[in-house]
This record gives sequence, structure tokens and C-alpha cells, in this order.
Amino acid sequence: MKRATSLLLAASLALAGSVVARAEFFQPLTVLEQVDDEAVLQGMPRLLSDYGFFNSLSAQTPNIGVTPYRLNTPLFSDGADKHRFVYLPEGTRMAAQGEGLLDIPVGGALIKTFSFDVDGQYRHIETRVLLHRADGWLALPYLWNEEQSDAQLAIAGARLNLTTPAGEAISYRVPNKNQCKECHGLDGAVVPIGPKARNLSHDWLGEMARLGRLDTVPAEANQLPLWEARESANLTAAARGYLDVNCAHCHRPGATASNSGLDLRWEQQSPEAIGIGKRPVAAGRGAGGHLFDIVPGSPDASILVYRMASPEPGIAMPELGKATVDEEGLDIVRRWIEEMAP
Amino acid sequence: MTIRLTLAAVLLATAAPALAATHNVAPGEGAQEALQEALILAEPGDEIVLAAGRYVLTDGLSLDVDGVTLRGAGMDGTVLDFTTQAGSGEGLLVTSDNVTLRDFALENPKGDGIKSKGADNIVYHRIRVTWTRGPHPENGAYGIYPVESDGVLVDGAKVTGASDAGIYVGQSNHITVRNSIAEANVAGIEIENSRNALVEHNVATRNTGGILVFDLPDLPVMGGGNVVVANNLVVANDTPNFAPPGNIVAGVRRGTGILVMANDKVLIENNILSQNPTAPVMVIAYTQPFEDERYNPLPREVVVGANRYDGGGYDPQLDGADMLLAAFGGELPPVLWDGLGSLAAVEGTAGWSLNLTEAGKGLDAAQPGPLSVAAPAGEFDRSGIGAPAALEERLGG
Repeated sequence: MKRATSLLLAASLALAGSVVARAEFFQPLTVLEQVDDEAVLQGMPRLLSDYGFFNSLSAQTPNIGVTPYRLNTPLFSDGADKHRFVYLPEGTRMAAQGEGLLDIPVGGALIKTFSFDVDGQYRHIETRVLLHRADGWLALPYLWNEEQSDAQLAIAGARLNLTTPAGEAISYRVPNKNQCKECHGLDGAVVPIGPKARNLSHDWLGEMARLGRLDTVPAEANQLPLWEARESANLTAAARGYLDVNCAHCHRPGATASNSGLDLRWEQQSPEAIGIGKRPVAAGRGAGGHLFDIVPGSPDASILVYRMASPEPGIAMPELGKATVDEEGLDIVRRWIEEMAP
Repeated sequence: MTIRLTLAAVLLATAAPALAATHNVAPGEGAQEALQEALILAEPGDEIVLAAGRYVLTDGLSLDVDGVTLRGAGMDGTVLDFTTQAGSGEGLLVTSDNVTLRDFALENPKGDGIKSKGADNIVYHRIRVTWTRGPHPENGAYGIYPVESDGVLVDGAKVTGASDAGIYVGQSNHITVRNSIAEANVAGIEIENSRNALVEHNVATRNTGGILVFDLPDLPVMGGGNVVVANNLVVANDTPNFAPPGNIVAGVRRGTGILVMANDKVLIENNILSQNPTAPVMVIAYTQPFEDERYNPLPREVVVGANRYDGGGYDPQLDGADMLLAAFGGELPPVLWDGLGSLAAVEGTAGWSLNLTEAGKGLDAAQPGPLSVAAPAGEFDRSGIGAPAALEERLGG
């Protein structure tokens, strides 16, 4: 926890002004370095350190051009503490596309480190990088070593035992390269999922624009509620935001679960498309004996809730990226369905 | 740089297979990673060879490289054992084109067996998928599951125990399923929301329903049709339905031989149908309410050709079965139509009709009577039906 706080502090400092100047002021002995653009643009670097994204890998302090960010509503990953960064090469900037994904230039990258407390020690488990190359995005998983000094490319993924913050012992899955695409695939290409303007704060976007790293702050920014403030947010917004972030990368046209016909994107307005009164197609035993994805007023009769509440492969949704039930997310979705007029 | 350019020129000038590599994988410690790594690092044209033996796998596998062949040492020799699978929705996921899967088996995947999605021109040859405990509602849904693909050839496969469909082809085009055995699944073979499918020379037995041709609403791809179901042995499909409720196949009656629901232009011909106690052949409209305006719930231009029927519906799982049996002299005629849409049958086809007048309104309005339909107007148009001929070439060896 302490670590997380100090990271947040570092993040806000980095955002408060010129990254280099501030860092030099506070850490006179540290000289920030350039990211290795060649590593971002070609090959399959074996070590996370090869990229030079971080000044200190273990402390996750970013180098030049690497900026931390957070999402209003994040993806649930068994309670992992996640550190997100965007890298933009010198002289480049992102372009806003309405409420959607920020357009990150070729040579840019997204970096996400997953960390847990393991036996009382804060440990990084894996770091996933998304590299924007001339021929598209490439997703690669890196598995941290015992010493926590570096992370190694784990193209076939890995499994390791750990205990979640909720106290559940799980076999944690580091996804393989193809599994990255199962969530990041859209119309046959790999694309980022997280940094959509609607799920980013005005403050962060404004700061990036001020630094010349974003062309403009779109008016449609910051629509999804802050997850930790969801109780004071509109219930529908909280639930739809959750489903958008946790489900819609597959359940949308052109993505992995397109054949289900279920479309859980934030912008989808058709009641049938988001599952209300919609019959399952290929759910198999995942339907749990229920007839519809969502039955208004009856969460316990809704397949959506049944699958979110199961940890069992073949039933559990999402299929990838988590081994436990997200009780908080389940609670929001459950209440949203409960309050729907039948 | 010169060398690199020369190589690129060679690659362009010659056929890719000349440079194809073979990746050998053996069972034992680390097989999960070795196999998955091979699937990721393979280049188009490469072959991954799985040595004989049992591979104990804890995670689903996936292939996303075009033109790769995954070959085992036979459907009883190379077994991918997913009994202890801890993650993923299927045993093997294929998302690339021109892939050939052959001569290996999957046992007890937690979800589906092999799913290929958006994987055009895929060949499944002598693949076995088995849930070893037999029919059980907690078995995975589909054994062989190509979806949203153009060009699908399933040949010599065997699927047992699927809680939905053994061989399921969905939202696809240009399909052949042949020489395969579907046993003890809820649905043996199912063609759903697909066009230009040929289902021939298969054995469907001990399923709840043998061969299903469905078109359903609310899906990205609809308008199924141009389907030929011919020369199949559809025998003793009498397993009680064990599909988890809520799935469309949970409504399939035990003892259904060949079932057509909605669809446009389907030919059922030269099949042998025996001991399918509800209905050897059933042609019906979609039974549920729907709001999808793009969807047509009726079966249109369905043709029942000459089939061999060994008996009809002698133990139908239908409401009012006793009355129906009494009315038809102890056994229902082999062909059941709900009276909706359009059906033709060769002369001499014994059948009965529910004589419904409206789709999706239940059976209350049924007025059962003998089947009276016209003979087929002409030759069934088979052009464009079936997998592309080029896929056949991958079956050798």
C-alpha cells in the first residue's frame, strides 16, 4: 500500500510540470534516460529493461516520455495493483478521437504492470506492453523474476500461485501472446482497450494537452464514473461503465465474442443488444439454466450475473484475465438489473 | 542489408512451403509451454508435429498464424488432455486462415473443444473430441466449433459427449461436414445461421437429435440456407436431452433424426433414418417470439427427397403423444412438418403436419393431419454448396 501511495505521488509530480526538471529537483542523483525507440519499433526484446521505459524498474519510476495514467473505471484483474503508463516518442503527441481511444502514434507504447502483495511483500508479477509499430500494435507479456530486478518475455505465458487482496489463493495466469489478442483483437488487428477519452479524467487529458502530448481535450471525456466513487454515481452509469471496461472488448462487433450478438459497449443503446430479453447463442452450460442474458428486475435469472458470479472455466466470464469473482463489479451489475423495471 | 533483400526476393519468388519448417513437440514436462510457443512462433506454411502420447494441459491453446498445420499421430495416438484445465473458454482456439488440424484428440475440455473463429479455409481432419464421462450437462458445449468462417471442411472427425452440439458450424459459408461420427451429444451435427453447407456420409447416433439445421434471430449473421443433408446414417438418436436449460438445443426432443428450423432451401436426401422415436425428419418454424426485423422464422423451400425410413415416431416426446399415436395407428409417420413455410417431398413420403398457421404461437392451434405437400418442382440447385475444392488437397498423407 505504501508503495502505491508513493507511486501516485510520483505520478502527480510528473504531471505537475516538466518531467525532467521536477525529477531532477527531487532526485538530484537520478538522471532520466531516453527510451530505446528501436526496441519499441522492432524485434521481440527479451527483457523489459531492454526498452528503457523505466528509470528504476522495481520502483516503476518512468523515464523520459513515459507518463503514468489511471482509468476512471478499471478492468478487474483479481485485485492486482496496476501501474499504467503511456510512452510517446520525442516530438510526438496523441490525437483525441471523440470519446474513444486516444490515437497513439507509431513508436508509442502502453505499459501495464500487475503487482500483488505476496507473503507480506509487494511484488510485481507481470508487465504487459503494447507496442505501436509500423505494421500495427504488438502485445507482449513479461514475467518478473524472483529478484524483482527485471521481467523476461514470456511468449507462452505462465501460471503462478498467489493470494489475491480478497484473500483467495489462486493460480494466476500470465496470458500468452495470442491471449493478449483475444481481448485486444478488433477486426483482425490488435488495438489498445483502456485509454479511451470517456474513461480518462479531464485533468489528465488537460495536462497532456498542456504538455503538447495531446492535440486537444475532447468534450466527451470523463464520462465513466470513478470506480471508487461509484456509490455516489448514477447506478446505470456505474454498471454500464463496468460492463464496457470489463466485457465490451470481446462483446462487441468485430471482436472475439462478436458471434454471441451481445454488445456491451458504453455507447450501445439497443436493449436487446446489451442483453435485455436476449437468448444465449453458444453459452452452453454457461447459461446456468437461464433463458435470457438479462431479465429486468431479476438478477438471479440473468445469465450475465450467473457467469460473472462463477469462477469455473467454461462458465466464468470474462474467460481470460481473472480467476476469481469480482464481488464489487457483480454487486453493481446485480443492483442495476434489480432496479430495472420488468 | 543486401543479404536481407535477397532473401526477401527469394521469398517473393518461390512458394512459401519450400521454406516451411517443422516444429516437433513431445508430451511430458513443459509440454504446455512448448506447444503454445510452437503455435505462436510458427510461420505461415510451417507444420507443428505432436508426437504420440498424452499431453496434460492446464490452459487453453491458441493459434493465430495463417497457413499452419497442426498434426498429431492419430486421433487415438496424440491426446490433448484438458481434464485439469484451469482457464480459457476452449481447448484450442484458432483465429487465423488456411489452418489444417489433423490426427489428434482433445479430451474433457472445460468449455468448447476446438473453436475456430473468423478462420477461413480451415480443415479439421480425423480430429476426435471426447468428454469421457459420456452425456453430462457439465460437459463443454461444442466439440468442433467453426464460426464466422468462409471455407470449412470437417472430415473423419468424431465427437462424443458435447452438452450442446458435437460438430457445430455457425455463421459460416461454404461448409462440408462428412465422414464423421457424432455420438452421445445433445445435437450430433448442427449447421446454424450458415449458407452453402454439405452434410454427407456421417453417422449420427445416440444423440438427442442427430442433425440440426437452424437459423436463429439476433445474430450478426443470419439467413441460413442452401444446405444439403445427404447419405447420412441417422440411427438411434434416443439419449434424453442433457443440455443445460436456456440453450436453444435444450428444446430438442429426444428421438429427433434430422431437424430443420427456419432456413431457406434445404435438401434432405438419401439418408438412412432408423430408431428416432420422436421424428426421423422434422421441419419447423422458429418457435420463440423475436423482434429482429431482419429475421425470417419460416422454413422455405425445404425438400425431402428419397430417404430410407426404418419406422417413424414410435415413442414421440410430444405433448398429447398418446392421442397422436392413437390417431395415427400406433406410430407417427416419419416426416413431421409444423405446416409453416414451404415444404416439398418426393412422392410416397409418409408424414404428418401440425397445420399451424402462425409462427411462434405455440401448439394450441395445431390441427394434426396427414402430410399433403407438392413434389419437388425440379432438381435442387447444388451450385456453390460445400467447402472449396482446394481444401481437399490438404487431406493427403
